[in-house]
Amino acid sequence: MKWNGWGYNDSKFIFNKKGQAEFTGKRYRLSGMVLPVLKEWMEKTLGASLEHKITSRAFLNTSDVPPSIVSEEFLQDLRASKISYSQEAEDRVFRAHGHCLHEIFVLREGMFKRIPDIVVWPGCHDDVVKIVELACKHNLCIIPIGGGTSVSSALECPADERRTIVSLDTSQMLGESGYCTGHEPDSMEFSSLGGWVATRASGMKKNIYGNIEDLVVHIKMVTPRGVIEKNCQVPRMSTGPDIHHFIMGSEGTLGVVTEVTIKIRPIPEYKKYGSVVFPNFERGVACLREIAKQRCAPASIRLVDNAQFQFGHALKPQVASIFTSFLDGLKKFYITKFKGFDPNELCVATLLFEGDREKVLQHEKQVYDIAAKFRYDFQGILFLIWSDLGLDYYIIGESFETSVPWDRVIDLCRNVKERIVRECKEKGVQFAPFSTCRVTQTYDAGACVYFYFAFNYRGISDPVHVYEQIERAAREEILANGGSLSHHHGVGKLRKQWMKESISDVGLGMLKSVKEYVDPNNIFGNRNLL
Amino acid sequence: TECKSSPNSDIRKPGSIWSHSVFAYSQQKELTSKKRDEFEDILEERRQSSDLRYAMKCYSPVIYKGLSACKPSAIKDSVLQSEQVQYVIKQLSKEMGESTDIIQEEAIEILDEMGHNLHIGAIRFFAFSLSKIFKRLFQRVCVNEEGIQKLQQAIQEHPVVLLPSHRSYIDFLMLSYLLYTYDLALPVIAAGMDFLGMKIVGELLRRSGAFFMRRTFGGNRLYWAVFAEYVKTMLRNGYAPIEFFLEGTRSRTAKTLTPKFGLLSIVMEPFFKREVFDTYLVPISISYERILEESLYAYELLGVPKPKESTSGLLKARKILSDNFGSIHVYFGQPVSLRTLAYGRVDRCPYRLVPRHLPQKLSEDIQEFVTDVAYKMELLQMENMVLSPWVLIASVLLQNLPAIDFELLVEKTLWLKGLTQAFGGFLEWPDNLSANKAVTSSLALHSNIVSLVNGQVVLNDVRMENGATEELVFKQALSILMCGAYRNQLLNVFVRPSLVAVALQMTQSFRKEEIYSCFIFLRDILYDEFIFFPGIALKDFEEGCFLLTKSDVIQVTPQEILVTERGNSVAVFLAALFRPFMKGYQIISRYLSKEAKEAFTEKQFILGIRNFAFQLLQTGSTQCYEVLSSDLQKNALAAFVRLDVVKKMKTTNGFTYTVNKEALNKTAEMFGKCISYWYTS
Repeated sequence: MKWNGWGYNDSKFIFNKKGQAEFTGKRYRLSGMVLPVLKEWMEKTLGASLEHKITSRAFLNTSDVPPSIVSEEFLQDLRASKISYSQEAEDRVFRAHGHCLHEIFVLREGMFKRIPDIVVWPGCHDDVVKIVELACKHNLCIIPIGGGTSVSSALECPADERRTIVSLDTSQMLGESGYCTGHEPDSMEFSSLGGWVATRASGMKKNIYGNIEDLVVHIKMVTPRGVIEKNCQVPRMSTGPDIHHFIMGSEGTLGVVTEVTIKIRPIPEYKKYGSVVFPNFERGVACLREIAKQRCAPASIRLVDNAQFQFGHALKPQVASIFTSFLDGLKKFYITKFKGFDPNELCVATLLFEGDREKVLQHEKQVYDIAAKFRYDFQGILFLIWSDLGLDYYIIGESFETSVPWDRVIDLCRNVKERIVRECKEKGVQFAPFSTCRVTQTYDAGACVYFYFAFNYRGISDPVHVYEQIERAAREEILANGGSLSHHHGVGKLRKQWMKESISDVGLGMLKSVKEYVDPNNIFGNRNLL
Repeated sequence: TECKSSPNSDIRKPGSIWSHSVFAYSQQKELTSKKRDEFEDILEERRQSSDLRYAMKCYSPVIYKGLSACKPSAIKDSVLQSEQVQYVIKQLSKEMGESTDIIQEEAIEILDEMGHNLHIGAIRFFAFSLSKIFKRLFQRVCVNEEGIQKLQQAIQEHPVVLLPSHRSYIDFLMLSYLLYTYDLALPVIAAGMDFLGMKIVGELLRRSGAFFMRRTFGGNRLYWAVFAEYVKTMLRNGYAPIEFFLEGTRSRTAKTLTPKFGLLSIVMEPFFKREVFDTYLVPISISYERILEESLYAYELLGVPKPKESTSGLLKARKILSDNFGSIHVYFGQPVSLRTLAYGRVDRCPYRLVPRHLPQKLSEDIQEFVTDVAYKMELLQMENMVLSPWVLIASVLLQNLPAIDFELLVEKTLWLKGLTQAFGGFLEWPDNLSANKAVTSSLALHSNIVSLVNGQVVLNDVRMENGATEELVFKQALSILMCGAYRNQLLNVFVRPSLVAVALQMTQSFRKEEIYSCFIFLRDILYDEFIFFPGIALKDFEEGCFLLTKSDVIQVTPQEILVTERGNSVAVFLAALFRPFMKGYQIISRYLSKEAKEAFTEKQFILGIRNFAFQLLQTGSTQCYEVLSSDLQKNALAAFVRLDVVKKMKTTNGFTYTVNKEALNKTAEMFGKCISYWYTS
C-alpha cells in the first residue's frame, strides 16, 4: 500500500521519457498501458506543465512524528490480554488519516499535530470487548479504523485530545467468502465491512444488491455500555425504531462493529458492459430518470458530463492497431457528424448488467429501448478514476457527492460547477479549474451526484486552504440547491458544521442523547458527526 | 401579492444588519468618490448617415451562453405545458368544477393577449421611424458607452433584467432603440395593457418585443400563474433581457415613485429556486431635459382625466413633433448580481422542501429581501439621473415667485450648481457656454413655462394676487406643477440634507437628539414622496449631516448641531425647497380635522381637498398651489394611514377612511411648528 496517497505502491501514473503518461503495475485493466493524450489534456484543461514538478518525500521522517504516550499500566494489561499492538511511528501515522486532500497534503509536506499513540489489532469479538473495557478502565480514547478510506476527516485525531489515543484496527477481521455481497464501493479494494456499516456506505451496484442498510441482516457492536445486538436474524422486525440505524452511520462515535451478517448472492453468471451517448447532459438525466421510473436500472448506471467524457478520452490508451484507430475515427465521425451531436455537449452513460444471461439480455433491451427515446448511440469508452498523478504537477483535485431529487439534478449540477469556477476565480486560481460531475446512482425519488474538481495551484501559497474554501462554497451551493449533505461519504468532522441544518435541532439532540447514554465518558472520542 | 414597506418596519430584526452595512457603506463611498462614465451622443451619427441603411444593418446581438434558441410560439407552448401552469389549471378545475379544457382555453387566451412576438421586421421599421422622430424631437441622445459594454458582458453571462426609470412613454422605445443601435439583444418588455387599445401601434409594439400585463390581476390566479411562468420561462432560457419599470407607472411628478414588488419578485424567483445560477439587475436612468408629457401630467395631477391612449391620439401628438425637447441622457448602471445581493440573506430559503412547481407564498425573509432590492435598485437609478441647468433654474424660480431679475437668477443658479455638485448630484452643465447663455437657452427650451419679460424671468400665468378666479387658479397651478416637476428632480439629491435643515427650523434647537427625532418624523411623513432605503433612518440622518458639514452649513458636535453663520442662507434655501410639501400636508391635515366626513373614500377625499384648496387659493389665504396635486394628496393620505392618523378599512366596494382626531391634532401640531417658523421669518 502507498503510504502517502491512494492505492497500491506499484500502481501509479508516471510520465515516461517520451513525456507520455503511463499507468504502472499489473492490477488494473489500464496497468502497463501508455496514455498518449493525457498529457495534452492536462496541459489544455488545467494549464499543467511537465516542467513544473514538485517531488514529495519518498519516506516518512520518523523524527517528525509525535511521540507515543501510553501509560505502563495499560501496556501491562494489554500484554496480558495477548492482543497484538504496535507503537511504531509508521503504523501510527498510517492510521492517523483518511484520504481527504488536506490529509494527503500533510503527509507529503508536514506532519499531523496529533496521531494515535498506539495501534491494536484485535483478532475477534472478545478481543474488542477486552480493549473497550481496558479503555474505560484507563480512560483512553479509542478511534476505530477499517480500511482507512474515509474522505470526511473522520480518522483525524482531535488535536486537543489529552488522553492516550488507541487506534483500533479492524481491517484484518474480514474472512474470505465464496460468494459475493454485491456491495462494491469505489474503494472496494481498500475499505472494510465494519467501515461500510459505520458510515452508511453505498455501492456501485446498489440497484441490484441495495445499499448497506438493505444488505445488513444483523450487527453486533461493542460499546462502553456493553454489547448491542438483536436476538435473531430475521428479514424484518417491528420492534420500535430499528436499532441498526443508530449503528449505521455512527462513524465510530458509539463503538466497534465486530460482527455483521449480510445477505450474499451467487456470483452472477453473466456480466455485460455497455454505454449510451446522449446529445447533452439534460437528455442524459431525463433518460436516467425514466429508467428509474420504470425501475429497470441495471446493476450500475453512471452518467458523466461532457468534461468527464473528454477526460475519459484523455485516458484512452495507445491504440493497438491501425484497425482499432480506424474504428474509433469512424465512431467519432458517426456521432458528431451523422448524429449531429456537438462534441462539446455530448455526454455518456456507462452501464453494467449482471445476472443470468437471458435476463441480462432482456434487461439490456428494455434499457436501450428507453434510451432510444432520448437519442443515444453505443460507444465503448474506457473510464477510470483519476489518481494522484496531478499532485506532482501542482494540481490538486478531490471529489464530493450529494443526493438530490430528480427535478433539481440538472440545475444543481450546473450551479455547483459554475460556483466552483467562480470561487476559483475569486480565490486567485490562475487557470480555469476542471469542474465536472456524474450521476452515479438512481433512485425512485432522485439521484446521487458526484462532483469532481481539480485545479492548478501554481502561484498560490496555501492551496489546501483555498481548496477547502472552495469545497465549502460548493457544499453551501449544494445545500442551497436542495441537495443533501452527503449521500454516502458521511459527515466525519469535515461536514459537521451543517449537521444541525440537515437534521434539525431535535434530530441532533436525539443523536446526542444516544451518544450520552452509550458512551458517557466519550471513549470513542473521534468527535465525528455531532 | 405585493407587500408594502412601512416605516413601522424600520425597526428591523437584527438579521437585516446587512441592509445597513452594505448599503450604507456603498452610499458613503459613493458620496466621497463619485465617478461616472462619459456620455456619447448617438444622434450625431444618425444625422450624418442613412437611416434606411441603419435600419437594414446586419443585426446579430450577443446572446446568453446557455440560450436554447426558440421561437415566441415555442415559449408560449412551454409555458402552457409547464408543471406550474398545469398545476394551477387542475386546482382551479377542482375548485370551480369546470373541465380543465375550458380553463386551458382561458390560459391560451391570456397568453395570446399577453405574449410578445419579437420580429426583426418590426424592429427595423421602428429603427427607421424612431430615427426620424428622435432627430426631430431631441437635440441629443446621450449614452454612457461603458455601461453598454458592461451590459453586453452581462448578457452573455447570466439572464439580465433591465430596470429603467419611467418618466415617459419614450422610455421603452428609446431603450429598445439604443440596444438595437449597439447590437445588443432586444429586451422583452412588460408594458401596461392600455397600449392594446392602440390597434396598429399595439401590434407593432408586440412585434418589437413588448408583452402586456393587466394593471391589476391580484385576484386572478390563472392570470398570475400564466404571467409569472411566461416571464420566468423567458428569463430561465435567457431568451432575451427582460425589461420592466419598478415604479410601475410613469411618474407624473418626476420624483421616483415607490417601487412595486410583484414583477421584481417574479424575476427573482428563478434564482431563489436555483433554476438559474445568477441574475443580473441593471438599473438604467433615463433623464429628459424636457419631458414630452409635461403638460399632460400637470393636467392629470389637477384631476383632468387622462385621455385614453389611442392611435389617433398619438397622431395628434404630431404637433409636438415640431417642438424641441432638448437632450436625453441614458445611463446604464453597473449590472448588479442578485447572487451577491442575496449572499448571507436568503441561503436558508424555504424552497428546498417544496417541489418547485408548486406556487408558494414568499416567506417574510424573502419579502423583506425583495423590498430591499427594489429600493436599492431605485436608489441606484436616482444616483445616475442627470440634472440639467433647467432643474436648478426651476428650483430657484419657485422660491422667487412671481418674478426674478435675470441677473439674480443666473447668480443664484450658479450658486445652486456648486451646492448640487457638493451634494453629489449628476449635473450636465454646458461647459462651452457662459452661465448667461446656458440659462438663456434653458429658458428658451422651456418657453411654454417661463418667459423673459423686461429683464425679469416670470412663470407664465402666475401672478400671485389675492382673489383670483377659479380659472386663474387652475392656470397658475398648471404652471407651478409643471415647473415643480423639474424642481422635484433636484429633491432626490437634496432630500436628506434638506430634511435635516427643516428639522433644524422646526425644533429651533441645537440638541442633536431632538433634531434627529424630528428628522425621523419628517422621513416617516414623506416616506411615500421620496425614496428612502428601508430601516436606515439613522444613516439617512448622518448622510444629511455629513453633506451639510462638508458644505460648511452646520457643525456637528457629539451632542449638538449648530448652523454656521454663512450656512444660514443655505439652510433656509434647503428647507424652503420642501416647503410646498410641508404646507401641503398641513393644509390636508387642516382639511381632515375641519371638513372631512365621518367615513370617506379616496375619491371623496381628493374631491374634498381639491375644493377646500381651491377656496383657500382663491381667497389668497395660501399660496401653496402644489396641494392641488393629486399625487401629493394620495401620498399624504397614505402617510396619515401609516401614522395611524387615518384609519383605512376594507368594505364591500373598496376602502373607506376615518380620521383619528386625537392623533391628527398631534401631527398638525408638528406641522404648525414648522409653518409658524416660516411665517415669522
